[in-house]
Amino acid sequence: MSFSIIATGSALPKKVVTNDDLAQFLDTSDEWIVTRTGIKTRHVATDETTSSLAVEAAKNALDMAHLSPSDLDLIICTTVTHDYITPSLACVVQGELGANCPALDINAACSGFLYALDVADGYFARGRVEKVLVVSSELLTRITDWRDRATAVLFGDGAGAVVLGRGDALRSIKIGAKGNPDPLYSPNVGGISPWRADKTEPECFLHMNGQEVFKFAVSTVSADLIDVAQEAGIDVSSLDHAVLHQANLRILDAAARKCGLAPEKMEVIIDETGNMSSACIPIALDRLVRSGRLHSGEWVALAGFGGGYTSGAACFKWD
Amino acid sequence: MSTFERVVKILNDMDAGEGIELTPSTTFEELGLDSLSVVEITMSCEDEFGIEIDTDSNPTTLGEFVELIDAKLGE
Ligand SMILES: CC(C)(COP(=O)(O)OP(=O)(O)OC[C@H]1O[C@@H](n2cnc3c(N)ncnc32)[C@H](O)[C@@H]1OP(=O)(O)O)[C@@H](O)C(=O)NCCC(=O)NCCS
Repeated sequence: MSFSIIATGSALPKKVVTNDDLAQFLDTSDEWIVTRTGIKTRHVATDETTSSLAVEAAKNALDMAHLSPSDLDLIICTTVTHDYITPSLACVVQGELGANCPALDINAACSGFLYALDVADGYFARGRVEKVLVVSSELLTRITDWRDRATAVLFGDGAGAVVLGRGDALRSIKIGAKGNPDPLYSPNVGGISPWRADKTEPECFLHMNGQEVFKFAVSTVSADLIDVAQEAGIDVSSLDHAVLHQANLRILDAAARKCGLAPEKMEVIIDETGNMSSACIPIALDRLVRSGRLHSGEWVALAGFGGGYTSGAACFKWD
Repeated sequence: MSTFERVVKILNDMDAGEGIELTPSTTFEELGLDSLSVVEITMSCEDEFGIEIDTDSNPTTLGEFVELIDAKLGE
């Protein structure tokens, strides 16, 4: 016995920025961005924070579950763009909700949500928990270099949450890491230690080798989907829905082709949201659940990939 | 089958360059392929030939691409 996803929630900042808005200050165009990425708009934080979006998404999920914060046995948050270096986002969320369970953060970049599910699976397996809240919240615009058209057009902000309860919807899960920081990274602050050898202060912005990441993403996510489907006892083509990390529509199309998944099974929110790192999968899942298109007995796969390199995938028979 | 013929087969499988006569001097641009499509074709060729091609090699014609593959196969 592992877990089922018993509720979902999400939150997006109010402000919507179009490609034409970006073309006002970057040498880019709606045509280039749409054909290369599928992105048309993204939600961008103005007065929202990583914590405020996380709390809003968490409350939406708890409402759907008809649970109160005191029912939670564990809170796991994932983010690479938290408001604080410390305390953890999970502790901030716990405080805001008024929960009293253990709370911890996981950083596995865009695969964070899958890593959180795998960690939660361990707590269920050890019989330590009945109800777990997982929240992925990101303000990618915080670490976006707004002078660099090659990356600035890709990212957005948002938060997604799920409540997990004892159950057997989860049929397979895998996570992986490759220890290759160079293709996608953002440095942390250097600090003012008088003993630090390098006195330069790095800019905490994302750097990316787009085509390297594209190759990694397509090959890893298609292989992971095949693996988790097989471990769940089905063929990829039998999946009813696939909810993948939303980094580029071209990655979703190429991955579907490579693993033999009908393209219409692929959930797409990137056109509206851009890449929100670990928040993409739970937000897309929340959309799918609330649209009424995900039915009991259907097969749904989740899969993420990102900086690190990290990756993760899971297969559910929805209940 | 020659490397060129195998590459042409991969292009055909991806519906690229339909109705265009493919020669070594045909460019990816003439085939209507942008840089990400070339990355996808590169990945298919990596699988087909069991090699790894750097993303910064940037071939522009099919001939250059075939040379790149043959060089990797000879390594
Ligand atoms: C970022 C990405 C869309 C770029 O596409 P690409 O085909 O690799 O583009 P390139 O960087 O080769 O650039 C192609 C051309 O477009 C230009 N270009 C780049 N960004 C541009 C923009 N926003 N608008 C207009 N032109 C742009 C480049 O300068 C280059 O021009 P040149 O050929 O004259 O030098 C693509 O690599 C990608 O999505 N990769 C995966 C990234 C990802 O998913 N990251 C997160 C993973 S969690």
